[in-house]
Amino acid sequence: MGFEKFGRKSFTAVTKTGKFVDLLLEGKVEGTVCKDCGAKFFPPRADCAKCFSKNMDWFEVPKKGTLETFTTAYYAPFGFETDPPYTMGVVDFGDGLKLFARLAKEIKPEEVKVGMAVTTRPLKYDDGQISFEIVRA
Amino acid sequence: MEKEVAVIGVGQSSFVRGYEGSIRELAFEAFREAMKDAGITQKDVGASVFCSAPEYDKQRSPAGVLAEYLGLIPQPTFYIETVCSSSSTGVKVGYSMIKAGLHDLVCVLGFQKMSEITSAESQERMGRGADIQWEAPFGTMMPAYYALYAQAYMARNGLTHEDLMSVRLKSATYGVVNERAVYRKGVKAEDFDASNPEAKMAGPVAWPLRVGDCCANADGSSCVILANKEKAKAFSKKPIWIIGIGAASEAVNMAARPDFAKGLSVGYGAAAQAYKMAGITAKDIKVAEVHDCFTIAEIMAYEGLGFAPMGEGKQLIREKATYKEGKIPVNVDGGLLSKGHPIGATGGSQIRTIVLQLRGEAGPMQVAGDPGIGLVHNVGGVGLYGNVTIFGR
Repeated sequence: MGFEKFGRKSFTAVTKTGKFVDLLLEGKVEGTVCKDCGAKFFPPRADCAKCFSKNMDWFEVPKKGTLETFTTAYYAPFGFETDPPYTMGVVDFGDGLKLFARLAKEIKPEEVKVGMAVTTRPLKYDDGQISFEIVRA
Repeated sequence: MEKEVAVIGVGQSSFVRGYEGSIRELAFEAFREAMKDAGITQKDVGASVFCSAPEYDKQRSPAGVLAEYLGLIPQPTFYIETVCSSSSTGVKVGYSMIKAGLHDLVCVLGFQKMSEITSAESQERMGRGADIQWEAPFGTMMPAYYALYAQAYMARNGLTHEDLMSVRLKSATYGVVNERAVYRKGVKAEDFDASNPEAKMAGPVAWPLRVGDCCANADGSSCVILANKEKAKAFSKKPIWIIGIGAASEAVNMAARPDFAKGLSVGYGAAAQAYKMAGITAKDIKVAEVHDCFTIAEIMAYEGLGFAPMGEGKQLIREKATYKEGKIPVNVDGGLLSKGHPIGATGGSQIRTIVLQLRGEAGPMQVAGDPGIGLVHNVGGVGLYGNVTIFGR
């Protein structure tokens, strides 16, 4: 339980990575790292795809990344109709670690550029939903 | 390679908005045409494969229901799904069953009735064809996903909005002459003029993609009849052989994707397998159908298929090389952009187009020079699945 609180609207109620939401509430955006082979994953995984281990720990994602790409949605799927326009993007932290999320509302669409320096932070919506967003580094 | 599995019959319904019938009746439209084309009856069919994306209509486990309506019981039947590439995956499965010697003749039927739900509901369904745990909670949808590729690609490779528009103008040229297409109106450059509030193609959907960059939802069905060598020779005067077949998959989450500016990896992977199996290269392809769910997708497909070097796909559209008269005609039936994209029916419809081209029966869309080898590129989801199938005479 608990994962229904994730994101603007969650489609998953139960996951072994549900602690992700608790960590967001503590102010941390974390992925998982395999205790046996050291493989790092974001978004988090409960099972290591490299060595099949289920001994996973949490690690905080790096503070500095670059915006690899983005899009601004002017139209939204069912259930998100009141949100547009909103911008979503992919952050590249290097070493194969990337993150997908919305960009903070404070960044105007015309200011967003491929390659800009960005970071990520937790976000709490007025309705109590918990998420994370991309902000300027 | 040895010619062992042939297409001996193809059919397609008109692609329309708001089909006035149920899914079984929609399926029958393509089935009727394909069976008459093949000159066979139901007793000749060894097995049937039905293909669609789930949750557009209410029928669960559609294969049995449709097999009964088509008169294909008691033969084995089942359902195949890879979202937008479902029916080309169905053809791969049918091909495999025939090569394995399990059946002599297989009917592959793709269908989709999208009009039972609203456009916003459809976007939500398609968004859930990606990662529902980690991405759909942000409000993702297909145009936004492809826009991520477009943004990165345009930033690195100098592709412009005018180039994207040129892809749509090409598809519209053929949508006008394809009587099975959903979008039969012509499109002009003025329709993309953002300074004109009346311009119907200019509005942003998921920037950098505009209304005119996105394919049309449609209701439709397609049917491909596959046969082994013996049956193909018995039934068909013009069998079209599957000479190469390739399929690939990619990480669902955008965070696990390689370089966005390089396009969809499944295009490259599936094409390499299909070319190797056929023993040919991109230069041997005389006509192609590629998965242009969005204008950017057609440009990326040019590169994945080796029609243009990486980053140079724009040159093909600038030089009109992919028009009917060009060196490598692509989507000269209107493509997904104008012919329409009834998810589960799309791959079979693309195959029908190439089969008609190789037979010389494509009417006003027929490319010159009696093409002998054609290719179908069909992608599922945001490059989650990719199938490339090569056909020859």
